[in-house]
Amino acid sequence: MPDALLEVRDLTAFYGDFQALFGVSIAVARREVVAIIGANGAGKSTLLKSIAGLLPARRDAIVLDGAPIGDLPAHRVVARGIALVPEGRRLFPSLTVEENLLIGGQLRRPGPWTLERVYALFPALAERRHLPSPALSGGQQQMAALGRALMANPWLLLCDEISLGLAPIVIHDIYARLPAIVAEGISLVIVEQDIAQALAAASRVYCLQEGRVAFAGAARAATRETVAAAYFGN
Amino acid sequence: MSAATFHVRFTDRRSAIGLAAFAAALVALACAPWWAGRDDLYLLEQIFAYVALASLWNLLAGYAGLVSVGQQAYVGLGAYLLFGLTIFADVPPLWAIPLAGLIGALAAIPVAALVFRLRGHYFAIGTWVVAEVFRLLASQVAALGGGSGTSLPASIVIAIAPSRTMREFVVYWIALALAVAILGLILLLLRSRYGLALTAIRDNELAARSNGVDVARVKFVVYVFTACGTAMVGALIFLQKLRISPDAAFSVNDWTAFVIFITVIGGIGRLEGPIVGTIVFFALRQALADLGALYLLMLGAVAIVVMLWAPKGIWGVIVERLDWQIFPLQRRVVFAPPADNIARSKT
Amino acid sequence: MEWTNTIVQGVLTGGLYAMFAAGLSLIFGVMRLVNIAHGDFIVLAAYLALVVTETLGIGPLPSLLIVVPLMAAIGYALQRGLLNRTLGDDLLPPLLVTFGLSIIIQNGLLELFTADSRRLQAGALEVATWQVTPGLSIGLLPLLQFVAAVAVIGGLQELFYRTAFGRAFRATSDDPAVAQLMGLDNRHVFALAMALSLAVVGLAGVLLAVRANFDPAIGPARLIFGFEAVIIGGLGNLWGTLAGGIALGVAQAIGAKLDPGWQLLAGHLTFLAVLGARPEGLFPRIRG
Repeated sequence: MPDALLEVRDLTAFYGDFQALFGVSIAVARREVVAIIGANGAGKSTLLKSIAGLLPARRDAIVLDGAPIGDLPAHRVVARGIALVPEGRRLFPSLTVEENLLIGGQLRRPGPWTLERVYALFPALAERRHLPSPALSGGQQQMAALGRALMANPWLLLCDEISLGLAPIVIHDIYARLPAIVAEGISLVIVEQDIAQALAAASRVYCLQEGRVAFAGAARAATRETVAAAYFGN
Repeated sequence: MSAATFHVRFTDRRSAIGLAAFAAALVALACAPWWAGRDDLYLLEQIFAYVALASLWNLLAGYAGLVSVGQQAYVGLGAYLLFGLTIFADVPPLWAIPLAGLIGALAAIPVAALVFRLRGHYFAIGTWVVAEVFRLLASQVAALGGGSGTSLPASIVIAIAPSRTMREFVVYWIALALAVAILGLILLLLRSRYGLALTAIRDNELAARSNGVDVARVKFVVYVFTACGTAMVGALIFLQKLRISPDAAFSVNDWTAFVIFITVIGGIGRLEGPIVGTIVFFALRQALADLGALYLLMLGAVAIVVMLWAPKGIWGVIVERLDWQIFPLQRRVVFAPPADNIARSKT
Repeated sequence: MEWTNTIVQGVLTGGLYAMFAAGLSLIFGVMRLVNIAHGDFIVLAAYLALVVTETLGIGPLPSLLIVVPLMAAIGYALQRGLLNRTLGDDLLPPLLVTFGLSIIIQNGLLELFTADSRRLQAGALEVATWQVTPGLSIGLLPLLQFVAAVAVIGGLQELFYRTAFGRAFRATSDDPAVAQLMGLDNRHVFALAMALSLAVVGLAGVLLAVRANFDPAIGPARLIFGFEAVIIGGLGNLWGTLAGGIALGVAQAIGAKLDPGWQLLAGHLTFLAVLGARPEGLFPRIRG
């Protein structure tokens, strides 16, 4: 893909002796929503963690806006403009809702996302800004985690299983706000167990199976049969 | 088709060799009074004492995960009990040693009840506070010399054995016997199901607990057992020295810093480690003791270096490279061929 | 009146103990590390102040301007260069490394300065007293030290709960991995925490040096006092630590009044009593 925002080239990843990714390649264009689907253990979270810098990678395996960043540690990757909404929300329990958002903006990267903008997008958070973060419901925590990542004013937002453990109406509510985020100029990579939701939100989809890309294509072109075949393999 | 049967074996050929070598060394050491001079005997006694103390600390910290920097509490307690029991209760000195161990074990019970409320690093400092309390209490006992201490009366010294040479031999053999007994008991403990529980706790406490190991009880038993052994060694050490004072009996440097150094350098969590560590420690001491404070400084530096770059100690490195063991502790599973295979091959 | 005097002395001493404890508690809160050499660093700061005051010919209070930043720098370098390597799930490495550090500092100071007792001269301030009521007079120096302790604890609370800096500490303490996703470099944050801790230690060391005789061997006792103050007061609560320090100081003062040899024992026994009866401390704010 020419002029891609993010290119992952032939990425491998290990947990100790266990290999989780075997040469995965994906690309994400500017202002695009890309979905990554696959069964448990397929390597979806591992892929996001590698991109975010939490797992080591080859220098040229991850290229952001033409610059290789594979060997950067996580705290430097954020500075370059990639923010991760981690699996399980993982808000800071000692911090209030507002403090969680503020720490997302720790690096003070320039951009449209401020505390006020985040509160405008998620009014439920504004009402609870001074509560300790564990006091929030699951859906509100997910919004807070999203808001916290937005405060870093990233070019690319990685969302790891944001529907996990949430009621369908809440999931729908959160996904309804994603277009507003993309409209501001952020690309999204969404890792999802909920395939229908992922295909509805994304323009392109990759399906991982046991650490490899089993299917890549437009979300519209992904039929039940092709997805099932890619998901489970033969 | 019948299932394969197996049995668990502890020794293999290499450990059998190591064990034989160890036994030969023991025999030589038992005969030491006939080939070693008085100073050498004294040095050997100190080595035995430190091997025992380090093995016990290793059991506590390396296996049970209870890192105590307060074991000097029991060394001092055992020593004061020896003096107290012999001087005031007319207990024969050689019997006073096991009795000191027993009382030390009893004292450890309320102590454990208190310090086990603390975790990790705070547990360590808590044990230190307890040792300080023991020290301060000891210096309040005017009958045993208060803060400046006292000497063992001649009448009690003579009760050990009639002649001086005999006394030195007796104390030497007791030192050797005590060290061997403590090592032996630790070995037996580790080979038992308790030991399996301990090794599980050492490797992963949470997993051990979720597999049904009563971690709290195992730790408590190990703590009391260690206190008992440490008190006996303390009693013996000060029987040798013939003189006691609170600062000497409860010295952090002598009974904790050196012990920790020995165990770390030798190898934590392995039975052979403290033996290797003690030998290295005494070799260093012979070579460097003239340096005074600088010597201790270097010990501290070496301990840090080893902890960071060779955390398994000298013996740990040897095990990794050569897979040796002297003490038969590693459980090896040996499979016997299925019975019907044998039957089939006979037809 | 005699007893009032005793208790007031105890309260003021407790402030100093709370300062010993504050640095210890901070480090434990941020990175679950207990610096066994903490007390020895207090003594190191005292000796640094001695050298600074003697070579530059300045008083103890001005010497703070050099000692405190110097200790902070030592703390940063120590954490970044050595202690960061010990952090992890295993509790032995940080404990044994800091234990080794304790031995190194004690014996290094012994080599450099001998075992002689030293003291910093503070001039008239040392003996100045404030006659509160007839029969009750408070030393100005202990009072100043108490006020300093309260200021330090108040300052640390302010830092932790009202600044971005403190937010970074709390977040890193909660979840070091996710803190990285915020752009925080854990190694740097931990080193800053240690720098802050040793800065407080620097202040405590200078105050100790003015107030009492010191020699290379008194470090471990300071560690123990700080630790006892933390446990008596309750984990995770700096104001609780002040209360714990005061409780310890008062217990020691009462013990000393009954019999000079009972001072330390009274403190330790109080600690053990709290541990037995209320192990979570007087004012706990529980955090794992």
